[in-house]
Amino acid sequence: MTEAPLIEAKAVTKRFPGRRAFPWQKAPVLEAVKNVSVSVPRGVSLGIVGESGCGKSTLARMLVGLTRASAGTIDIDGQRVWAGDRAVNRQARQRIQMVFQDPLGSLNPRKTVRQLIEAPLIGLTGMAAAERRVRVEALMDLVGLRPEFIHRHAHEFSGGQCQRIGIARALATEADILILDEPVSALDVSIQAQILKLLADLRQRLGLTYLFISHDLSVVNHICDQVAVMYFGEVVETGPTDSVLRNPAHDYTRRLLAAVPGDRLEALRTGS
Amino acid sequence: MTATAMPERRARSGSAWSRLVANPLTVIGLFLLAVLGGLALAAPILPLANPDATSLSERLTPLFSPGAWLGTDHLGRDLLSRLIWGTRVSIAVGLAATLAAALIGSTIGLVAAFYGRWVDAVLMRTIDTLMAFPYLLLALAIVAALGPGLLNALMAIAVVNIPFFARAVRGQALAIKNQDYVAAARLSGFSDARIILTEILPNVLPVVIVTMSSTLSWMILETAGLSFLGLGAQPPTADLGSMLGDGRDLIHRAPMVALLPGLVILLLAIGINLVGDGVRDVLDPRLKSGALTRPAAATKRRLPPAPGTPEMDERLVLSVRNLSTFFEVGGRTLKAVHDVSFEVRRGEALGVVGESGSGKSVTALSLLGLVASPPGVITDGAIWFNDRQRGPMDLARLPVKELQQLRGSRIAYIFQDPLTALHPVLKVGFQVAETLVVHQGMGWADARREAVRLLDMVKLPTPAEKAHAYPHELSGGQRQRVMIAMALANRPDLIVADEPTTALDVTTQRRVLELLDELRREHDAALLFISHDFGVIADLCDRVQVMYAGEVVERAPSAELFRNPSHPYTRRLLDCVPSLTDDRKIEAIPGLPPAVDRLPPGCPFADRCEEAEAACREGTIALRQVSDRHAARCIHAPGAALAEAS
Repeated sequence: MTEAPLIEAKAVTKRFPGRRAFPWQKAPVLEAVKNVSVSVPRGVSLGIVGESGCGKSTLARMLVGLTRASAGTIDIDGQRVWAGDRAVNRQARQRIQMVFQDPLGSLNPRKTVRQLIEAPLIGLTGMAAAERRVRVEALMDLVGLRPEFIHRHAHEFSGGQCQRIGIARALATEADILILDEPVSALDVSIQAQILKLLADLRQRLGLTYLFISHDLSVVNHICDQVAVMYFGEVVETGPTDSVLRNPAHDYTRRLLAAVPGDRLEALRTGS
Repeated sequence: MTATAMPERRARSGSAWSRLVANPLTVIGLFLLAVLGGLALAAPILPLANPDATSLSERLTPLFSPGAWLGTDHLGRDLLSRLIWGTRVSIAVGLAATLAAALIGSTIGLVAAFYGRWVDAVLMRTIDTLMAFPYLLLALAIVAALGPGLLNALMAIAVVNIPFFARAVRGQALAIKNQDYVAAARLSGFSDARIILTEILPNVLPVVIVTMSSTLSWMILETAGLSFLGLGAQPPTADLGSMLGDGRDLIHRAPMVALLPGLVILLLAIGINLVGDGVRDVLDPRLKSGALTRPAAATKRRLPPAPGTPEMDERLVLSVRNLSTFFEVGGRTLKAVHDVSFEVRRGEALGVVGESGSGKSVTALSLLGLVASPPGVITDGAIWFNDRQRGPMDLARLPVKELQQLRGSRIAYIFQDPLTALHPVLKVGFQVAETLVVHQGMGWADARREAVRLLDMVKLPTPAEKAHAYPHELSGGQRQRVMIAMALANRPDLIVADEPTTALDVTTQRRVLELLDELRREHDAALLFISHDFGVIADLCDRVQVMYAGEVVERAPSAELFRNPSHPYTRRLLDCVPSLTDDRKIEAIPGLPPAVDRLPPGCPFADRCEEAEAACREGTIALRQVSDRHAARCIHAPGAALAEAS
């Protein structure tokens, strides 16, 4: 815990204007994320769990710079990011990328696999076309996509393969931080297992740092070293996965854990 | 998650052109346009008289005159020549105006949608202002300001049509702007202009083309209209509108002079509209969803002769025998459900577990003929339902009318997404009461009271108040409770729940599952519970059957199945399930399930199975009796007996 964090968010808050009944009224302010601080050391996988509407996706979008925080700061490797300095942001873009929940919806239906994966190389690096081609082929190999898929479109693939394309794209500029926003929740169990295995392998091989957003505590148990539990925009409990899931301190974490189905399955499978 | 999505997506494949010419009306339109357009294009090289050369001695000659096949007009000009040159001008002006309007309108729509806020407000309010003026009046005003002339008429018509493009494109672009791939493009460091041009524009292009095809004939008619009024083409230039105007005064003496250009305008408009309709059917994203193919009231059946009625004891509610449901798409047959047999008894919960495309949902939907036709067809088997009054009846062969009466009364469904299953503009209390009125003939006053009682039974807080709520005012869990209340309203014998809690949060899921479990015991109903989640199935179900590639591969009481899985697929699938308490590694299954239109002989899982041998890829693999109530479709299943379980 003494190591300097690779990515650190301090007291980030996101406010949205709420709905007002009449145009002359003042819009109420909704706080989707309230004063949240997280810090992740290099190579660590932090799970952010919570139910729909708890603000975990908004937090993810702020961390990756898609949404601006209303208050608070975000540092990557000690450098303040998304604060307005374009050169800094551009550099940070290459280091932090995102994998989305909807495998098909995160891929432009009009583009080929090559065009999809090389997009960050075009937008963020000055790489020449021939070099990009080599890089795309290497990335496809890395995520387990067959080379002949390179000219196909997203709709020709299954959900799992689409997610592989999304992961290859996120790693194109050699990003070392991945924000994974429910990356396996739209996938079937056997495909989910394939993608989780791929993510675990990639983390080990490339020394990646993950922020893994999920509503599924069982998945988080498998892929995360640390967990932060969010409830109504706030982090209510955080700590090493083992201790949070085995000895939850907060009442909400306990309720969440109790609701996860599968007690009977576990009991039957382990024969107890 | 549903298997039905797959054939739909495939149905759309095939080139756009081949789908376009599959429509006979479109072919007629294409033919008309090819003839008229070809003549107009070829005008300079055709042996035509000078369209503007007057000859006062040859005025108003009749049809088929020597030297002028279609006769001449009041100035002795050759009508055929003027007609072809005039068509050329009209089409050119119409096309140019359409392109101009499409370009400017689409740009406005894209920019307004992309930047939103005040940019959107300013642009779209300007467009609204433009639309507030009557259509032709605005064009007239513009021409009046600019002065008559073909080019000014073109500009006026283009301006008048800009709003159609701006609005259509903005609507589509707004939806696309929120897609994840646009966010991904931002993360790729793309500039706004690049995102608009490479991410959004290609995906709104179908809408632009559809709008173009529907406005083109309007534009040609409007140009003709302005020319008819003398504000467009100026003499001596011929266009269809000015020719019509010239012929107006001669309508009694020489009707052909007005009739011919009128006819060409008519043919041109018909041609463009027919082709436009065809293009729209192929490209319009709203029609792609299958809105044009109205599904039948019940799934199509193509069944062999009825089998004899079986004996069913009174606890047995449903006995499905050798059910096959296929999707027929183009020339292919997708075996979505293939030779599936199972039984459910009163008070029992049977879980059906499987991945997307395994046929679990199609099995459930086949029971009451709810699989969309086309493309679904029930091709084999029997679905014996034990009705309390009438005894066993075969739902697969029951007249559609009687089938519809069973829906929601004796057999109730609960679907994954309660928001789409509930009517959005009716109060939930009314919707619950309606099922009571329809199926039990209850009076409205009683039905409303009973509805509140049912909403209370599913533990909806303040049921009397919530009965007056619309579906969107309730949370996901509350909506699913309403669905359960509706399902139980008529005390059904069989409840079919298809992934009822998949869209819910875990804490809500737990409460809904507990409720479902409690109520099915209380009502002594049979529950067919479909899910991809082993954990949920294990918590809720007495027996489980596992499906793969349209077949039942294993079935057993849940304790037995999870303790002692006998089919390799079940074992491997269980190894994929991450656990909350255990740190054992999850083991992925390599490969993908086979396509159900190209099922290999033998076991469909053989290609992904480590234990596969030559015998696994031959013939049909039968279900084998592992133990008393445990069956598996694997040649390696222990104690492999040959008995086919029902």
